[in-house]
Amino acid sequence: MFETSPVQQPVQPPGQSLAGRAYLVRAGVSIGALVLLVGVIAMAAAKGETHIPLGTVLQTIANHLWQAGYDVDPIDAGIIWNYRISRAMVAAACGASLALSGAVLQALLRNSLADPYLLGISAGASTGAVSVAILGFGAGMVSLSLGAFVGALVAFGFVALLAIPAGRGAGAIILAGVAGSQLFNALTSFIVTKAATADEARGVMFWLLGNLSGVRWPDVYLALPVAVIGLLVCLWYSRALDAFTFGVESAASLGVPVRRVYVVLIAIAASMTAVMVSIVGAIGFVGLVIPHAARFFVGTRHGFLLPASALIGAVFLVAADIVSRIILDGQVLPIGVITALIGAPAFAIILCHGRVLR
Amino acid sequence: MSLELRNVGWNAGFKKIISDVSLRVTRGEFLGVIGPNGSGKTSMMSVLGGIRAPSTGQALLGDQPMKKIGRRNLARHIGFVEQQADTIDRITVRDAVALGRTPYLSLLSPWSGHDDAIVCEALASVEMGPFADRMWHTLSGGEKQRVHIARALTQQPDFLLLDEPTNHLDIHHQLGLLELVRALPVTVVAALHDLNHAAMFCDRVAMMDGGKLIALGTPEQILTSQNLRDVFGVAADIEIDDQGRCHIRYHAGNQKSLAIKKTRLRNPVF
Repeated sequence: MFETSPVQQPVQPPGQSLAGRAYLVRAGVSIGALVLLVGVIAMAAAKGETHIPLGTVLQTIANHLWQAGYDVDPIDAGIIWNYRISRAMVAAACGASLALSGAVLQALLRNSLADPYLLGISAGASTGAVSVAILGFGAGMVSLSLGAFVGALVAFGFVALLAIPAGRGAGAIILAGVAGSQLFNALTSFIVTKAATADEARGVMFWLLGNLSGVRWPDVYLALPVAVIGLLVCLWYSRALDAFTFGVESAASLGVPVRRVYVVLIAIAASMTAVMVSIVGAIGFVGLVIPHAARFFVGTRHGFLLPASALIGAVFLVAADIVSRIILDGQVLPIGVITALIGAPAFAIILCHGRVLR
Repeated sequence: MSLELRNVGWNAGFKKIISDVSLRVTRGEFLGVIGPNGSGKTSMMSVLGGIRAPSTGQALLGDQPMKKIGRRNLARHIGFVEQQADTIDRITVRDAVALGRTPYLSLLSPWSGHDDAIVCEALASVEMGPFADRMWHTLSGGEKQRVHIARALTQQPDFLLLDEPTNHLDIHHQLGLLELVRALPVTVVAALHDLNHAAMFCDRVAMMDGGKLIALGTPEQILTSQNLRDVFGVAADIEIDDQGRCHIRYHAGNQKSLAIKKTRLRNPVF
């Protein structure tokens, strides 16, 4: 022990004002993002082909949650509750899950370019989806979502099996993921070019870029618990993730059960991603970039970074969904197009000015 | 509390990296581990630090097998600084050092003022106090190494294990770092490349070759002309100064290189 340090030198404990301020900034960002999330979900319910006033939206929500008994046009109420709110909730859960998975994988694999699709999940999901939609697997008994989910798990299993004999390290997982993704993407292309009609091919492309239309409450009941449980599990391991700052060996020397953390967190990230992709398709950009954006705002400690990533991801995806519905009259753009179209310039701004914030 | 290896072997896949290493670290000593590249120093250090489980034999802490102690408890007794660990994360020096408290923290015992005090003390003991709020990536190699040591110290270890701590440092920082480590009130095991450093700072030296521990003793016993020739393949004279410390003087340009040079001079190619 070092009760008596040989070279005494006064060190200021973290200045109360400084540490306090940093804490306040972080808490402020989190609360702000939460308020923003509620606001953006309300916006999502108001905006669309038919614009509904925000007041009506709030009344409808109050009617459903607390039987408030406001007099709302039943058609408006139906649009708000059955279509738009459920859609916004799924978008939020999906954005949160993808951003969270990205943050976790970037920390575990020590790679800034890691994202949830690195594990072959989106590629496998698309293969599963086209197998159902074009090849007719399951003879109509299997939904597109279930096909995508099974495809995602198969691809993840393939990547995991490939990574284990290849050395289990971060490098092995990344390379196995690249190989798995390429293989399943090639399978998807093969099926589409071999068997699809032009219309089918267009539909599949739309799905592959992410598609929230057709999302209803049962999807919320699946997506929301998955996102919340995922967040809680990842938060439980936030200190362990911090310990990976200087690599795997360093984490081990800090008392982290490295193998268990790897298995649990990669499995959680994979399941969250597989569920989200099977509901809404492979929405890109969120899982890769939102964690980096969150790091600029709240730093690299995972206790703050994980909830911040989840919140910012949720807000971002709901906002992107609003834009995708209103940007072209009478036409819904795939949300994956919007996430990258808005996200890339927004991220560029954060990248250039973010340092000032820290 | 003792730290011991008993007939330890460790394999990477099917390849034997170290075999039959037995070693007991004495409390309070500075034990140097020397040996040529690839002699198994790093592997031996990571088994000793409990990071890798031995393939054969036993690694013991306080006469208990490390397997039974558990990683978290182990981290409260052994601090490990690996070779050149770096990060791309933008973190402050204080945050980097604070990671050392990981084995003590849980949901029920969160970060407290006590942890802050330990971090400050550790920073002071490696003379990095004024750097606490600097960003990690702005530090020089020597400063980074000191921060790593401070991080290991916040684990409040009984044993501090350092794997080639002076790599890539200039001579001033090499000596400064080793002097600092020697003054710390912990038991130190350090893999060292520079044999003169081993001679200057170590109480005992363990010499490895071909994955085996071939000699263990005081620097004067281990660092002999014979050993240096047999293990490292260099010719050197050993001088013992009036304080009983040995100094190694290498003979450059001997053996092969000299022979080659002579042949070239006799048959110039230009």
